[in-house]
Amino acid sequence: MSDNAERIRLFKVMVLARTCDDRMAKLKAQNEVAGSVFVGRGQEALSGAAGIQLRPGDVFAPLIRDQAGRFGYGETPLDVARTVLGRRTGPMRGRDGNVHRGDWGAGLLPMISHLGAMAAPVIGVLLSRRLTGKQKPGDLSVGIASIGDGGMNTGALHEAMNIAAVERLPFILLVADNQFAYSTTSDRTYACKHLVDRAIGYGVAGHRCDGTDADACLATVGAAVAAARAGKGPQLVVADLLRLAGHGTHDDASYVPEDVKSRFGDCLQMFERSLIQQGVLDAAAVAAIRDEARRQIEAAVEQARAEPQPEAATEDWSARCERDLVHVRSA
Amino acid sequence: MKYLEAIRLALAELLADDQRVFIYGQDIAGPFGGAFKATKGLSERFPGRVLNSPISEDAMTGLAIGAAMDGMRPIVEYQFADFASVAFNQLVNHAGSIFYRTGRPCPIVARLPVGGTPGGGPFHCQMPETWLSNHPGLVVVAPATVADAYFMLKDAVACRDPVAFLEHKYLYYHLEAEFDPRVAEHPGLGRAVVRRQGDDLTIVAYSGMVHHATAAAAVLESDHNISAEVVDLRCVRPLDEETILASLARTGRIIIASEGFPFGGPTAEVAALVAEKGFAYLDAPPVRLAARDTPIPFHPELFAEHHPDDQAIVQAALELAKY
Ligand SMILES: Cc1ncc(C[n+]2csc(CCOP(=O)(O)OP(=O)(O)O)c2C)c(N)n1
Repeated sequence: MSDNAERIRLFKVMVLARTCDDRMAKLKAQNEVAGSVFVGRGQEALSGAAGIQLRPGDVFAPLIRDQAGRFGYGETPLDVARTVLGRRTGPMRGRDGNVHRGDWGAGLLPMISHLGAMAAPVIGVLLSRRLTGKQKPGDLSVGIASIGDGGMNTGALHEAMNIAAVERLPFILLVADNQFAYSTTSDRTYACKHLVDRAIGYGVAGHRCDGTDADACLATVGAAVAAARAGKGPQLVVADLLRLAGHGTHDDASYVPEDVKSRFGDCLQMFERSLIQQGVLDAAAVAAIRDEARRQIEAAVEQARAEPQPEAATEDWSARCERDLVHVRSA
Repeated sequence: MKYLEAIRLALAELLADDQRVFIYGQDIAGPFGGAFKATKGLSERFPGRVLNSPISEDAMTGLAIGAAMDGMRPIVEYQFADFASVAFNQLVNHAGSIFYRTGRPCPIVARLPVGGTPGGGPFHCQMPETWLSNHPGLVVVAPATVADAYFMLKDAVACRDPVAFLEHKYLYYHLEAEFDPRVAEHPGLGRAVVRRQGDDLTIVAYSGMVHHATAAAAVLESDHNISAEVVDLRCVRPLDEETILASLARTGRIIIASEGFPFGGPTAEVAALVAEKGFAYLDAPPVRLAARDTPIPFHPELFAEHHPDDQAIVQAALELAKY
């Protein structure tokens, strides 16, 4: 089992993510948000376990249910609030919203919506590191891309995974098999027994874990990241869990049958229980972690609310960085 | 020097001069050196920087984007431009959107062998500029000369935006010219160039069609006493509006010719441009010449009649001169 400091760190990230997701959903309900709000309820253990393994210089391409991983890797609540509220001060300046946020410079890749599309860019960063001799053998910078059971079936994802394998890059594909792709059940999504079986086809190492068990996530993702750092090539991690919310806040998920719900617990509740039972945290400490999370999220929301929106009149409507192509010339 | 050799020379110099440059594509490494031999000898000279890729155009492009964002200057070779349609998403939705969304440039170069050759058929002859140029954020260039093949490839790598570099397959081996990079003229990447001066009408073209336009202009001069000006767009996105309108202002008549399909695209854009901003210069309606509105036929006889050539341009010019 991972050391308790790491477990507490994961727990804090999970609480912060759950608190943040709930708050963003509430902002949506309060009509303060344009477009969709997506939450990662039920996926905090897996995502957070990945985020907290990463260190500066690594790359993370999160998707729609990765608030925990984003926080684990260093995203601030202010960046979330600013983006969700479309503020000009945010990393996307109101030009993109909700989960489509990040910072290339910080190794937190701003996703495009197209599922499967962010894996290859992570691989490109890793190849770049190799070509420029920036990688330290045995202690490589790694890249993690998230994907769901639905996105696992895109051509983009297959192409990228295969290239990662051919180049033997320190790439970890983090798969949350949350039983649904929007409303579509896994039996209409893939026909292999388990998604981890695809590791053989790609020629990469495969890992499987119970995504509702935070300790299992820490151990499994930790092993995968360690193997990638050590130079053992790409790692496929597949976690079984359930999306404990609708696809977005607009979706009541009424199509999820009761028997499926009864098979999966809430990773956050279960982790809290075991930390308390094992005496790692007491009820007061948990309450303090919750309070601190609420305080941080509320402060971010308040600050973002007070900040300016983008204005069409002053917007720089240029999609190119070179405005004047007529004068672009090599030396 | 041949057009293809100019591309190879530019690639070699780019690799030699800039450690950030690497080339990624199918069959480009080793003694094979690419389907058209553009990279022949380069993987040996620059070990580890000319890399064979799997047949995965989407991920090749996504990989280039990631590498570019990490500071590299990747050049992706697509074996044929036709197959870049598989990379549509990464090119237009990802590379094209990054600067606006994030404020960071995404300097990738997509080398796209374009254009028809007899027997090539529907899937090895296409021109991708229309679908590439509709999307914001991409630069689309189409060199027609040996010097441009060389300079524009280097300029494309210097450009901080994603550039689609359209190299015409027919020109690879059929176009040869005296070329010395030290003395040759080197206009900026986005500049259109007047290839031949004339007074009576303007023929706007790009890529392989420039050669049909200059051949047509020679015939118009010698056989019909019509003086045609030829404007080579070089860069089809963005358009050098200034050069196009200045030529139209001199001649009052304009033909826009392309090997691409007829609906939309640069020919339609130039026609719209002259209608909107050059209306006062027009002595006759603008004329568009494009390929037929069918997939590109395989059989050489059908293929030859699919796209405009010298004669089609001459015919159109004679009609236009009468207007
Ligand atoms: C290429 C592509 N097709 C369709 C969509 C629309 N879409 C967004 S999320 C989603 C379901 C994704 O399911 P999954 O990959 O299992 O992830 P989950 O939502 O369950 O986390 C769909 C169909 C998309 N974003 N990208």
